[in-house]
Amino acid sequence: MVRSGAGVAERVTRAQRGDRVGDSPVRPDGAQKTRGEFAFSSDLWMDAMLWGKTLRSPHVAARIRSIDTGPALAMPGVRAVVTAADVPGRPTFGLELPDQPVFASDVVRYHGEPVAAVAADHPEAARAAALAIVVDYEPLVPLVDPEAAIDAAPIHPDGNVFRHLVVRHGELGASGDVVVEGNYEVGMQDQAFLGPESGLAVPAEDGGVDLYVATQWLHVDRDQVAASLGLPADRVRLHLAGVGGAFGGREDVSLQIHLCMLALRAGRPVKMVYARDESFFGHVHRHPARLWYRHHATRDGDLVKVEARIVLDGGAYLSSSNAVLSNAVCFAPGPYRVPNALIEGYAVRTNNPPCGAMRGFGAVQVCFGHEAQMDKLAAALSVDPVELRLRNALERYDRLVTGQVLTGAVPVREVIRAAASHPLPVPQDPAGTMMALPGGAGATADPVHVRRGVGFAASMKNIAYSEGFDDFATARLRLEAGADGEPIATLTVATAEVGQGFVTLAQQIVREELGVGRVVLAPASTAEIGSAGSSSASRQTWMSGGACQLACATLRSELIVRAAELWECAAAQCLFDDGEVVRVETGERLLVRDLLVPAPLETTEEYHHRPTRALDADGQGDAHVSFMFAAHRAVVDVDPELGLLRVVQISTGQDVGRAINPVQVTGQIEGGVAQGIGLALMEEIVVSEGRVRNPSFTDYLLPTTLDMPDVVATVVEELEPDAPYGAKGVGEPPAISSGPAVLAAVRDATGLPVTRAPVRPQDIAYAWRGGA
Amino acid sequence: MRVARVALPTTVDEAVVALRDAPGAQLLAGGTDFCVEVNFGLRRPPAVVALRRVRELRRHAVTPETVVIGAGTTYADMGDPGLSSALPALAAAARTVGSPQVRNAGTLGGNVATASPAGDTLPLLAALDARVVLRGPSGERTASLGEVVTGVKTTSIGPDEVVVEVVVDRRPGPQQFVKVGTRNAMVIAIASAAVVVDVEAHEVRVALGSVAPVPVRATAAEVHIADAIDWRAAGGPRASEGALARFGELVAGAASPITDHRSTAEYRRLAVGVIARRALERCVARAA
Ligand SMILES: Cc1cc2nc3c(=O)[nH]c(=O)nc-3n(C[C@H](O)[C@H](O)[C@H](O)COP(=O)(O)OP(=O)(O)OC[C@H]3O[C@@H](n4cnc5c(N)ncnc54)[C@H](O)[C@@H]3O)c2cc1C
Repeated sequence: MVRSGAGVAERVTRAQRGDRVGDSPVRPDGAQKTRGEFAFSSDLWMDAMLWGKTLRSPHVAARIRSIDTGPALAMPGVRAVVTAADVPGRPTFGLELPDQPVFASDVVRYHGEPVAAVAADHPEAARAAALAIVVDYEPLVPLVDPEAAIDAAPIHPDGNVFRHLVVRHGELGASGDVVVEGNYEVGMQDQAFLGPESGLAVPAEDGGVDLYVATQWLHVDRDQVAASLGLPADRVRLHLAGVGGAFGGREDVSLQIHLCMLALRAGRPVKMVYARDESFFGHVHRHPARLWYRHHATRDGDLVKVEARIVLDGGAYLSSSNAVLSNAVCFAPGPYRVPNALIEGYAVRTNNPPCGAMRGFGAVQVCFGHEAQMDKLAAALSVDPVELRLRNALERYDRLVTGQVLTGAVPVREVIRAAASHPLPVPQDPAGTMMALPGGAGATADPVHVRRGVGFAASMKNIAYSEGFDDFATARLRLEAGADGEPIATLTVATAEVGQGFVTLAQQIVREELGVGRVVLAPASTAEIGSAGSSSASRQTWMSGGACQLACATLRSELIVRAAELWECAAAQCLFDDGEVVRVETGERLLVRDLLVPAPLETTEEYHHRPTRALDADGQGDAHVSFMFAAHRAVVDVDPELGLLRVVQISTGQDVGRAINPVQVTGQIEGGVAQGIGLALMEEIVVSEGRVRNPSFTDYLLPTTLDMPDVVATVVEELEPDAPYGAKGVGEPPAISSGPAVLAAVRDATGLPVTRAPVRPQDIAYAWRGGA
Repeated sequence: MRVARVALPTTVDEAVVALRDAPGAQLLAGGTDFCVEVNFGLRRPPAVVALRRVRELRRHAVTPETVVIGAGTTYADMGDPGLSSALPALAAAARTVGSPQVRNAGTLGGNVATASPAGDTLPLLAALDARVVLRGPSGERTASLGEVVTGVKTTSIGPDEVVVEVVVDRRPGPQQFVKVGTRNAMVIAIASAAVVVDVEAHEVRVALGSVAPVPVRATAAEVHIADAIDWRAAGGPRASEGALARFGELVAGAASPITDHRSTAEYRRLAVGVIARRALERCVARAA
């Protein structure tokens, strides 16, 4: 990884002091995870626990005439069977609004919707019992076309249009000398985390329940579980179990309420682990999108107006569709200065699988559209696509189409230049191995069949929650002397470690602020601490990082007060310097360990980002906290006759504010690129007539090492004024413009339009045969 | 809970006896199909006869006339120098199967007995008119691959029969296996083709995978190209551009593919013609 920008020189000296902000310590759970010793939520175990199993609808849309649980209850080893009739509290749940039934009662609205759950002595008994439940369905004609859904008869009391959002910006009548138009389509991607949904619910003596579960946000789960159980929030305690990846797919409740209902009904601990196929039905996916765009520009290449229409298929229930649509509409033009815009977005309800959060959250889908449009425009103007992007790149103090003025770091030109400037890979070696060609191990191509293309794409996305949401984070820090007298800092946060490495950053931050080497992270639990907000939206480094930093600052002040008392001087005469308090006048020093002798210190702090506002009727308002920018250049080898591809290299520039842990930043970039090119090349939940056709890793294809290109990255470090350490999030941008860059490269290699992600072999091969 | 009984024979005969003695018993080789089906709840045998300890199944023998491949031969074993130089297309097919873990466990016998249209060893076996040797309580029988693999995941293997080995005649000349999938490794074939050129008999043998319920021979293409090739050309057999193109078309015509979630019938037909032609071009020069 190459690094450019402010703060680099400073870090050399920091690095000499060991694992602090800007260093790359090994993550505390790293060795366990690589050795296979880390306990994931699927490894939870308790004596005498039962096994839960969910019964799901085989129908896409149906009326439920009756449910007979009798045959299941009569089976040996079965301890509890629950249905909608047994939900003690609120019958529905949901992230934005509770519109999704805990169990379907009268109507089934998607393939795989939960209808009942069983707890039994053995997983096999639970599976057999679930199958023994008799459900009398009356199948209905499913509503599966998102365009048709807008005006179709409602399939839910809340209607079919989740949100209709229009951005009107500048002169709507404006037009340009050059106009390009296009339609684009994005398929349904899955988060495909490796650790399937799993958890263990334990009934408690107070009539409440303890739930150990892999999630992204303990407190929002807790509130939904408590509401449906009809229990006060403090009697529902959620504890974070080992999370095997998330990517947005664990923001929504999956098995949480079912498990707690079973445990309370059976009076015994109940464990549930989804198998891979069930996992595909158990969580929301990335919204499929249909996009229409029209770009206007002057003959010189200045953008004049962007018109767009975006339709997101939200599936059967709301989940976070409203917020995803907001992002899609806000970022529809991409990271460019656009004086006039008319952008209309719909998020609609259909009988397709529910969609919600996934890495990139609305910015991903529109990026396929706005970047294809920028290339079309460059072609129409006969200018270099990179030059066109540089010319229109956003700068600080520019306005977004929502009217929001960019007051933070906006290094769009820098990320574009960085991505464009890495050396191109060497041309393919005719004598090289076939494995390196499109088709890989299948040996489908010889070098003569292959053409190389280069494509470019840039993107932007917000950090943290938007439109007035106060997604604060909480941290408690305790400083005490260990047995050897040396200080130990214990940090308690409810931050979900989902693999992103917050556990590492938290230790780095405490070391940085207090100079205390030993930093322990207490387990994350709603019983111990307030909310951290979600591990999503690239927000935890900023938000939970900010809470940690605040807690450190408070304890630093208290250490100074203690020192001043000992020295009998004013606190203002004391400074905190790398683990010691210094008395300025005399140069006397006291170590943190000495100051902890009287008693440990402890504080709990909440960190809030600056307030944002909801978008108004014209889609205007300061809806976002901060923005991240990235650019990707893809080099792709294409076998057009067969439509097979091999991505050779991804070169990227990414705006990170500041790399708090450069190795982890690299990890996020490489992993995000894998997910981004996955969407461009192969990752798609195939849904026909509402039915999921490929709920397995046999048929939902993820990139393998033979599909993964070399990644060359430059991180651009321009400190973000508002952010702790100037650090922006880094998790999402690599997954946004990497895929669009790949499709641009395929267009470059073949001259074909390529308007759909993922691009399927037949899409290229038919068009090639037709054109050739 | 019902727990399956497991027999651990060390010879084929013991395996046959174990199958006969436990009604409903099923053979377990590498488990790469078997265990997937168990996980999906599609298979719950009351008894299992595990073949790992049957060493005679893992043998192979290369003679000047034939190659005999034990049913227990794994994909990793197919890369063995002796076996892969006699049957390079089998080694090529094996390299496309799954991941290293799957190649270390999965076996030829399991691929034949599973009889998937996408079974990657099957096209080459079909191209070579492989003979399958089976042993049951009443002794051994030999059947053609076509007699054994009767449809999509259906075979004529009896419930108490064990596939012992597969025998093919050696064909002097180049051979190729090519497979199309949407991913560059570890992918189920959308279309595949095995091409065997016999430079002595002046024959070309072509069989296709994943484009019909069972592996199919492209006989019209075979006849056409055997006629069209100049077998005695200096520098080896060669064919004209037009003849090669026609070969591709005839191969595509031999396919009867379906549309499913993995691909479309139209693409499978197109792709199988392209790859068969490319495979042949690696074996036979193009005449100027
Ligand atoms: C991740 C993954 C990827 C895969 N990729 C591919 C691929 O790319 N191409 C491909 O072709 N396959 C693939 N497969 C399928 C599988 O690996 C093959 O079909 C394999 O050859 C099966 O052999 P096995 O030894 O594992 O058989 P098992 O799973 O043990 O058995 C399969 C069936 O064969 C029967 N059987 C086994 N041995 C005998 C015998 N000697 N006589 C009679 N019946 C027998 C069993 O009773 C069972 O019905 C993949 C599987 C997985 C899990």
